[in-house]
Amino acid sequence: MLQLPLVVTAQVDLVLLVITQLSMWSRLSQLSYPNAVVFDEVYYGQFVSLYMKRVFFIDDSGPPLGHMILALGAYFGGFDGNFVWNRIGAEYPSSVSVCFLRLCPAVCGSLSVPLVYLLTLELRFSHLSALGAALLLLLENSLIVQSRFMLLESVLVFFVLLAFFSYLRFHNNTHSWFRFCWLFLSGASCAAAVGVKYMGVFSYLLLLGVASLHTWDLIGDRTISHLRVCVQCVCRAVCLLVVPILLYVFWFYIHLTLLNRSGPHDQLMSSSFQASLEGGLSRITKGQPLEVAYGSQVTLRSSSSQPIPCWLHSHKANYPIRYESGRGSSHQQQVTCYPFKDVNNWWIIKEPDRQQLVVSSPPRPVRHGDVIQLVHGMTSRFLNSHDVAAPMSPHAQEVSGYIDFNVSMPAQNLWRVEVSNREAESESWKTILSDVRLVHVNTSAVLKMSGASLPGWGFRQMEVVAEKLFKAHSPGWTVEEHRYGTSQEQKEREAELHSPTHIDVDRKISFWAKFLELQWKMLTVKQEDSEHKYSSAPMEWITMETNIVYWLHPSTNAQIHLIGNPVSWGVASLSLLAYQLLAAVYLLRRRRGFKDLPDAAWSRFLSLGCVCVGGFLVNFVPFLLMEKTLFLYHFLPALCYLLLLGPPLLEHTHTHLLSGTPRRVLSVCVLFVLLSVFLAFRTFCPLTYGTPELSANQLQALRWRGSWDILYRRR
Amino acid sequence: MAKEECITQWNKTGDTSTLRNRKICLTSEKTLQAPSTSLSKDKHSHTAGHLSEDDTQSSNGAQFSTRGNLSKDPPSRVLLMLLVGLSFSTRLYKITEPPHVCWDETHFGKMGSYYINRTFFFDVHPPLGKMLIGLAGYMTGYDGSFPFIKPGDKYDHHNYWGMRGFCSVLGSCLPIFAYLIVLELSQSQTAALITATLLIFDTGSITISQYILLDPILLFFIMAAVLSMVKFNKQRYRPFAASWWLWLVLTGVNLAGALGVKFVGLFVILLVGLNTIWDLWRILGDLSLSLVEIAKHFLARVVGLILFPLFLYVTIFAIHFVVLNKSGPGDGFFSSAFQSRLIGNNLHNASMPEYLAFGSTITIKNLRIAGGYLHSHWHLYPEGVGSKQQQVTAYLHKDYNNLWLVHRPDENESQSGTPDLVRHGDIIRLEHVETTRNLHSHLHEAPLTKKHFQVTGYGINGTGDKNDLWQVEVCGGRKGDLVKVLRSKVRFLHRATGCVLYSSGKTLPKWGWEQVEVTCSPYLKETPSSQWNIEDHINPSLPNISLSVLKPHFLEILLESHIVMIRGNSGLKPKDNEMNSKPWHWPVNYQGLRFSGVNDTEYRVYLLGNPVVWWIHLASLGLYPIMAAVAAIALKRGFSLSQKRIEHSHVLMREGGLLLLAWLLHYAPFYTMGRILYYHHYFPAMLFSSMLTGITFDILLKSTDLLIRRPYCDWLQRLGQMVLLFSILYSFYLFHPLSYGMKGPLAHEPGSAMAGLKWMDSWEF
Repeated sequence: MLQLPLVVTAQVDLVLLVITQLSMWSRLSQLSYPNAVVFDEVYYGQFVSLYMKRVFFIDDSGPPLGHMILALGAYFGGFDGNFVWNRIGAEYPSSVSVCFLRLCPAVCGSLSVPLVYLLTLELRFSHLSALGAALLLLLENSLIVQSRFMLLESVLVFFVLLAFFSYLRFHNNTHSWFRFCWLFLSGASCAAAVGVKYMGVFSYLLLLGVASLHTWDLIGDRTISHLRVCVQCVCRAVCLLVVPILLYVFWFYIHLTLLNRSGPHDQLMSSSFQASLEGGLSRITKGQPLEVAYGSQVTLRSSSSQPIPCWLHSHKANYPIRYESGRGSSHQQQVTCYPFKDVNNWWIIKEPDRQQLVVSSPPRPVRHGDVIQLVHGMTSRFLNSHDVAAPMSPHAQEVSGYIDFNVSMPAQNLWRVEVSNREAESESWKTILSDVRLVHVNTSAVLKMSGASLPGWGFRQMEVVAEKLFKAHSPGWTVEEHRYGTSQEQKEREAELHSPTHIDVDRKISFWAKFLELQWKMLTVKQEDSEHKYSSAPMEWITMETNIVYWLHPSTNAQIHLIGNPVSWGVASLSLLAYQLLAAVYLLRRRRGFKDLPDAAWSRFLSLGCVCVGGFLVNFVPFLLMEKTLFLYHFLPALCYLLLLGPPLLEHTHTHLLSGTPRRVLSVCVLFVLLSVFLAFRTFCPLTYGTPELSANQLQALRWRGSWDILYRRR
Repeated sequence: MAKEECITQWNKTGDTSTLRNRKICLTSEKTLQAPSTSLSKDKHSHTAGHLSEDDTQSSNGAQFSTRGNLSKDPPSRVLLMLLVGLSFSTRLYKITEPPHVCWDETHFGKMGSYYINRTFFFDVHPPLGKMLIGLAGYMTGYDGSFPFIKPGDKYDHHNYWGMRGFCSVLGSCLPIFAYLIVLELSQSQTAALITATLLIFDTGSITISQYILLDPILLFFIMAAVLSMVKFNKQRYRPFAASWWLWLVLTGVNLAGALGVKFVGLFVILLVGLNTIWDLWRILGDLSLSLVEIAKHFLARVVGLILFPLFLYVTIFAIHFVVLNKSGPGDGFFSSAFQSRLIGNNLHNASMPEYLAFGSTITIKNLRIAGGYLHSHWHLYPEGVGSKQQQVTAYLHKDYNNLWLVHRPDENESQSGTPDLVRHGDIIRLEHVETTRNLHSHLHEAPLTKKHFQVTGYGINGTGDKNDLWQVEVCGGRKGDLVKVLRSKVRFLHRATGCVLYSSGKTLPKWGWEQVEVTCSPYLKETPSSQWNIEDHINPSLPNISLSVLKPHFLEILLESHIVMIRGNSGLKPKDNEMNSKPWHWPVNYQGLRFSGVNDTEYRVYLLGNPVVWWIHLASLGLYPIMAAVAAIALKRGFSLSQKRIEHSHVLMREGGLLLLAWLLHYAPFYTMGRILYYHHYFPAMLFSSMLTGITFDILLKSTDLLIRRPYCDWLQRLGQMVLLFSILYSFYLFHPLSYGMKGPLAHEPGSAMAGLKWMDSWEF
């Protein structure tokens, strides 16, 4: 039933609107200046290009959502991925729309400001506090710099703030069912935050902590029926646990769907993963016979040799009679692991009591438990092991290529095939899919790569040894290239080995297997961490002892730095101290029975602490324990929480601690501080926007701290 | 007194401390009066004929003043004696086998010998454990002459049983302490018994107690600290009484002991600290106490738990430094001043030319604590690290590669009578004696500290270029000042680039032999890292003068040795090829440690927890959170529960929580550690986990009446206890060769004694 007259009432918070306008203006104006690669754009840019070309890559710095958001902007801008990201400061050609590349982070950055305003309101502080917090964020030079380029911190900050805002919205609206939409949004933004950077996990955990405290209170509320409590708990668990996990997986689903071509990082992945990518391995292995049979010609890839792949290899060189250490060897042909494709990587599978090296028809597949011999394709030596200490790992047995030249040592060249993933796959030995352990029959030692590399006589290839089985899951070998051998004669066979493999079938592994493998690889791939010229230690961030040069004009003094607004950083650190002090005094006094604050104000004070101080701690303390290269921009999420803390704390002081003249003095002080924040912002603007260009003397004057690196040319 | 208290507290409800006191007054009434008071009557009839219930009651009665009751109680005393007997016999059985050095005995036995020989050494752990080992050896007639070179060396006629025996006696106390702790916490004899049985028959705890290691000593102090903390907690109703003070001080002593053995003792200090903070918080909230009394409580704890242990800890070090007064293998880790204390060190009553001169051969030591000697060797920087010139590093050991020759910049050698002395501001060239390369720097990034420049060895036979020139500056000196050997702090300024020779303290990767990086820093701030002193000074044409170097203050030595230890600890990085034990391996008993023997002909001992016991622990770690959560929710939602169940819930949440916290504190930090980890690091956590198991399984079995009716549930409970006991005993029978030694074929061969017992492929026996 329609009620007339139809009335629409709209309330518009003008302050919010103005703040949003200002922040848009500060973050979005002149986005395409400088028209050159700025700092880490050189890093993220390459991934954006790879997305445009749909080429698979692995980046261990974070999950894929952040890269995808950047790529989305590039996609809208019509970027085709044809730009070489090789150095900071390289000019973009006119075909690249720089503005779109930088759009998404800038939008996220500018939306953070109104979000902070709303978040402060949800913490139940006044509009004035909200305005103060928003202004601090708006006038923070480092946040502006970080959002104006193709970098991820502003996106992370945005999602984290959104998660907290929507959770508090949910918590404060006690009675409508619509509030679960807010909860859902909160869960989704948590997933997004974690999807952008792993650091988001800590904010997510904090939010979970706050939510579980609230839920615990709910459980303790005996006026609510058991059923209702159950329903509420389940809803919360779904929105805050299940939804984020599913969404997180979903980011990977998009990532893997988008990137379906083989690329530079293929070799980090398992053979079956590679086979699922277009081009690359799948081009080579397409249509190989699936089941390895007697007479098959194969290359064997070590599963343990991450991140560099390597294949079982032999060549016409023997182990030296005596090593440098004076130990003796068998002086038989070397067997190594070689990290490049080579014709010497081919081996032929032979049945022990038969002479022929071709596949009979029908082919007789090799199964788990069968005993085989491996013949090296080019030199016809048998893969052999014996009780001679290996060259580099003397505790293990040497592996050699053996041929019966009436030497004193008998042949020990029988190997038992053990398919270690036979539960998941099948008993028979399959190309790419099966992980196979080769067990030496005489000594029950297992063929493996030792990890050491041989000295000059072994051409610095990797050592292969046979070791007595002690470790479970010692990774084995995978057949990568495979074909059925047809040539009887050695010469023909050599020609056959030199020709590339071919034929055609498609092989799929499930999304879950791909997801798990990719996630595991991303977490475990270690890149050499070394100090960077601009890297810094966490404690230097608080004291502002460090800055980062993002960009320097090739000929003039115009430059962009990541430098914070010194006044707001000071305010932030002070408010952290003040909060801790106040909280300690309040807590002790409450414990002794003095209630200084009314309950509502106390709970407001506590929730402020949970969100802001908690948020700061979870985003800062982990860095103290981390052993990776850190930069100033890692501090920005933590800084946002601190900026958020100051104004509400002032409001608290104003209403509850002061009266009369001190109150007025405080208000004047606040105005004064705001003014100086603005002035400091103005002063550092040239370093934030890279324009106008300053003279050497002006730059000198901006060097407020001796440890800052500010570059200038003398002309 | 007790009676009054319980009457006053009887009226309050909800507070859990009341609940405990209620129980107490029940039992005390029961003992004092006829057992027909209305209060105890319904309780009594409720639990009549219920043995396990009686356990709880009688032990509840033993809560404070009646602690003596329990020990007077004959069955429990017999039980305790039985446990003591079992514990000692399992640990002392076959103590002298194998008669050769096992695993880390090679380190700790050796260090015990150092104490007996009074030779100075360096170790990453604080000295108490090794001092005790040394003392035990000394008392039992070991003369310190066995070299402990490598595992597998035969002891022959040397008296090693004393040191092993000492460790295993301490190790034997662990199950007993665990029994007492659980008894005190849960007031349930069954829970305490389960814990003690789990520990006594755990092959892992037996093995780790039987050898000359720091672990049994550490575990002893940890458990003793927790025991006294728990006892102290129970004294809360009679503050400042003699027993209150006794347990407080004992806690402090044991904390100092734990920290004095290994830095892992910090975790138990953290546990006691948290417990104390919690306790103080409770006292603060007690509005009947005045602020003065609270201050007294606070001060007593500061003295007993901070100052006194600190004093003990410092005393341990004082003894360490007094006892070890001879030069030994650890000298190079310490500063020149420190070394001058040691008899036999070349700096002890040193005599050398007093002022640095051209043509002298010198060693140069960095002034940062545990900074090394300026060093170079016949190896080049690898491809891609600056220019491919010879490496220059800082090296902690004394070595002939630490020797440098001081030259004038221009001429190579001028032998004309007495050489000229080097003065502040002079330009010199430093030539490496062994390789004849000059100390050189240039505008390339240093290998690790990218903000600094690389330092290399360059040139041949002393000819080089102008990048080889360094300006000598005495810190705080003026132009023309002489450079005093040992006493002057010297900086070396690079002439061409203006940077200063610097030791960053970072360890180079394998190519640099894990020595310390040396760079040239463009930042001229004066820090110990950029200051050096001349340590050895050889110049035959100058007269030697006896130098009495300033003896360092005790506190300086203490600080220095701590920084050296911490550096050493974080320097124990896992090697690339080595299989490193991961923290998640430990609770699942994934892989043990070979103590002795590898092949089938050798006598093998393998440190591995009794898998049944450890998997019970694992199960209880999974069960406990569920049970605690159920209990917490039930209490929070205000379900009506029987008295017994409320009691159980509180034990689960409070005491179980304490043990879980202790377990976490001793386990979780290992995930963040970068240093190399071993299986035996889990043992402190395992002890707490087994106590938690005792409480969890006890309450689980006592809650069988949730499932089935009255008489059957008791049978089920009894059955559960029996099954638990027998599975522990039988598994111990199966796995005891792990501790007491195996010979013959390995487990995967059918002829082995352990055939069929290799349940996980990763076990190496």
